Amino acid sequence: MTVKNVRMDIKELNTQLAKFKGLKVTIGRVIEEDLEEPLGPTPYPSITDLRDWDHKLLKRYPPFYLPFCDVCCLCTFGKCDLSQGKRGACGLDMAAQQSRIVLLAACIGAATHNGHARHLVHHLIEKFGGNAPLNVGGDEVDIDAPVSTLVTGIRPKTLRDLEVILDYTEEQVTHLLSCCHTGMEGDNLDFESKVLHAGMVDQVGMEIADLAQISAYNFPRADPEAPLTDIGWGVCDTSKPVILVIGHNVPPAAGIIDYLLEHQLYGQVEVAGICCTAIDMTRYNAGAKIVGPISWQLRFIRSGIPDVIVVDEQCIRTNLIEDAQKIGAPFIAASEKNCQGLEDRTNDPADEIVEDLVEGRVPGVLILDPEKVGEVTSRVAVEIAPKRRGKGIFPSTEEIVEGSKSCQRCLACQRACPNNLPIPEAVRMAAEGDLQKFASLYQDCVGCARCESACPVGLPLHSYIMKASEGKMAEEKYKIRTGRGAVQDIEIRRVGGPIVLGEIPGVVALVGCANYPHGGEEVAEMAEEFAKRNFIVTATGCAAMSMAMVKDEEGQTLYEKYPGSFDAGGVLNIGSCVSNPHIAGAAIKIARIFAKRNLRANYEEIADYIHNRVGAVGVAWGAMSQKAASIASGFWRLGVPVIVGPHGIKYRRMLMGRREREEDWYVYDARTGEKVYVGPVPEHLFYAAETKEEAIVLIAKLAMRANDTTRGRAIKLTHWIDLHRRLYGTMPEDLHLYVRRKADIPLTMRDEIMKILEEKGWQERETPDPTLLERMIRKRAD
Amino acid sequence: MKTTESWQTAEIPGPKRAFVISNPKIVSSMIKRSERPLLIVGHESLEEISDKKLIDYAISMAEVGEVPIVATAHIIGEFKDRGYNTAASMSLIEIGERLTDQSWTGLTGEGQYDLVLMMGFPYYMSWLVLSGLKHFAPRGDKYLTTISLDRYYQPNASWSLPNLSKEDWKETMSSIVSELGGK
Repeated sequence: MTVKNVRMDIKELNTQLAKFKGLKVTIGRVIEEDLEEPLGPTPYPSITDLRDWDHKLLKRYPPFYLPFCDVCCLCTFGKCDLSQGKRGACGLDMAAQQSRIVLLAACIGAATHNGHARHLVHHLIEKFGGNAPLNVGGDEVDIDAPVSTLVTGIRPKTLRDLEVILDYTEEQVTHLLSCCHTGMEGDNLDFESKVLHAGMVDQVGMEIADLAQISAYNFPRADPEAPLTDIGWGVCDTSKPVILVIGHNVPPAAGIIDYLLEHQLYGQVEVAGICCTAIDMTRYNAGAKIVGPISWQLRFIRSGIPDVIVVDEQCIRTNLIEDAQKIGAPFIAASEKNCQGLEDRTNDPADEIVEDLVEGRVPGVLILDPEKVGEVTSRVAVEIAPKRRGKGIFPSTEEIVEGSKSCQRCLACQRACPNNLPIPEAVRMAAEGDLQKFASLYQDCVGCARCESACPVGLPLHSYIMKASEGKMAEEKYKIRTGRGAVQDIEIRRVGGPIVLGEIPGVVALVGCANYPHGGEEVAEMAEEFAKRNFIVTATGCAAMSMAMVKDEEGQTLYEKYPGSFDAGGVLNIGSCVSNPHIAGAAIKIARIFAKRNLRANYEEIADYIHNRVGAVGVAWGAMSQKAASIASGFWRLGVPVIVGPHGIKYRRMLMGRREREEDWYVYDARTGEKVYVGPVPEHLFYAAETKEEAIVLIAKLAMRANDTTRGRAIKLTHWIDLHRRLYGTMPEDLHLYVRRKADIPLTMRDEIMKILEEKGWQERETPDPTLLERMIRKRAD
Repeated sequence: MKTTESWQTAEIPGPKRAFVISNPKIVSSMIKRSERPLLIVGHESLEEISDKKLIDYAISMAEVGEVPIVATAHIIGEFKDRGYNTAASMSLIEIGERLTDQSWTGLTGEGQYDLVLMMGFPYYMSWLVLSGLKHFAPRGDKYLTTISLDRYYQPNASWSLPNLSKEDWKETMSSIVSELGGK
């Protein structure tokens, strides 16, 4: 592989031989030419190379903006009032400002994942060497890096190859972020196109991070039977020292496990995690345990169970060190992105650091060496555990009752709560000695503790909720399948046809954070609903955890009840946040393996294929972060719709189709070149649902695609109509738009549906070979 | 707490913020004056506010004020269960998006709406959809008039109820219905 550094973009070139327009010469990016597959049209796409594709999507799914506020306050001209058509001092209007904020969020997300990937790759090259081979699935996976290959055109083979791709993604993020500067981009749709670009490079960055860690750390390699492990607040043996790791970037956790193994301490010390680091350390060693999703941070630390707390990066509550101090647990920051004001002790002898922490001379340290984190953390845990065991800060029942009597009835706690929980009522009842109302809030509490910050008399209200629910928390012991990683090529061969033809009704990807409106049980409910209906249910991150935290009557979780294979009725834990591209990758591999489409640098064609053929739907029911925004953006550019929960409306912009606007739903028939109406499939690209019932019905609806066979469409209609009847209590009012031919109609509903269709003046229509790309037409229409 | 503070403390509004509905007659007279009113009802309308649920007030208001209803989320069946069969079903963001389109001809093809009333939503969802309408729903040289009938002040509406106790909210809803000519 060679890397050169020449890149030319020539608008017009006149020579004696010829005149060139729009000439692009890229030398240095395209690295290998020994592949049988030809290079596609967009290797290492710039921020405008896929603009035409983006605008096709944005025409069909125009943005609906929902501004948080009336102003822009990003520069010293401001604040500028942008309300009702006004423009700011820089000339920007409200639509452009909202899309600019969305781009900022997507850039933050993309930068975070790419920064994560860069740190990981850098560390793993130091540890294992740049020539360490990539291997995400052994003989079962030939296409190791579908997203990266699709975007850049190369097929990375070693850790060092990943650095070349990261050079590209980092450059793109820089360009994209620069577009948010005052006086740069001014058109909202061009901002939106850049959002999609940020999502695409985010997918690449995540893929690189997961390829690197699967390969170097021997994570499960596309393994449908990856081992089960423990999850829940109550899974730790509290008679042993307990180490808690929080964050996303696994090397420090791996360093801890390595040290414990090397010193025959593993099993004598509990290693537990919260958020994606937890998922990834169980991929590293299934003996590690998962406490729960992001919202479990305060409740677990305040219980006093952890003896040492280690944080790496992303989604960590930023003042955890205060609670760590209160329970007497040393705090170790392990990422340069998250120094927490602590002294950098990376180069100090481990003995000195351990002594300082155990003796309580310092509350915490910064250590930027994962191996040293492993040693220090393990030794501190063993030494300090007997001294501090059980030193939690949950108040006693008596303290809650007395504290509640000091409540001023100001309602500030409820007004601060994202879910508007009736905390004042719980306080009133607690003052009378009844904690049941506090206990009832447990399920819906997202763990943000804004109620405490708002309380003018300083009541630790989050702790009140948790103390009242302590018995319930202790019973939280579940099984989750460790993250399996990629989808095997052979699995794609098995299901590619049924998915594209519609006979497997869809792939549901449950992803994202834990900012749920009514607790994580709703995610488990969605997952099971669709697993029972023979959809393929995939999950990552906090959603994958929340799905595990519900048992049926026989005490089994979804991961115990359903197979982990990428097949109808499967429930798959793919892995952590950075494993999301395996879901996109599965859709991409369907295009390659089932339809024999070229992947290399062929983004537009593959996205067009996925959009029109692969009934995939993303659901981020508790989406909270900027990373969730960029992850969604990556799916949008591939034409995959994403549903968020009600809090997701705070992303401030939806991408909405209009089902009744017939002109929006035409495609080319690739066989003839004719423009053919296919109905509103999929109807939306980004959508905030108000209730779980709405989301469930919409998942089934958004799984429909233009290419569905009549048998496939009948299956999809059956699910949609059945769910609509059950959850809405009615037939869908827009049913006629989704029935193309009589053969599409489910047999058992034929008479009823035909009556509805006749009332609507419905007529049969053809099913084309659908594409939005004129260049994909094989024969021109006359 | 003042009656015109945002219910969620950090949702700082402005410069443009809702007028406060100090008298239920303001709502009834605006409905009567409107040529094309629309009532959007969310899933929290299933909450009991007295002996009745909010959805029951919505139905009464729609019937006596001749205001068409859009039921959002999954609650259309609740209207039918109560014998109210003319409500349309559409999600909150779908109806919100359509209201920003001047060329949209409404649920029945008779034209875009000039007055939108909303009730039964999580505070933050209303906040944002009303903001979308505030900025992106022009009606000629003005903007769409919106009214929030939920219990807490919504600054992004054109007009909003103030923060109310459940008892006062119930009284207000009953008064609006009776001012429209109902019981």
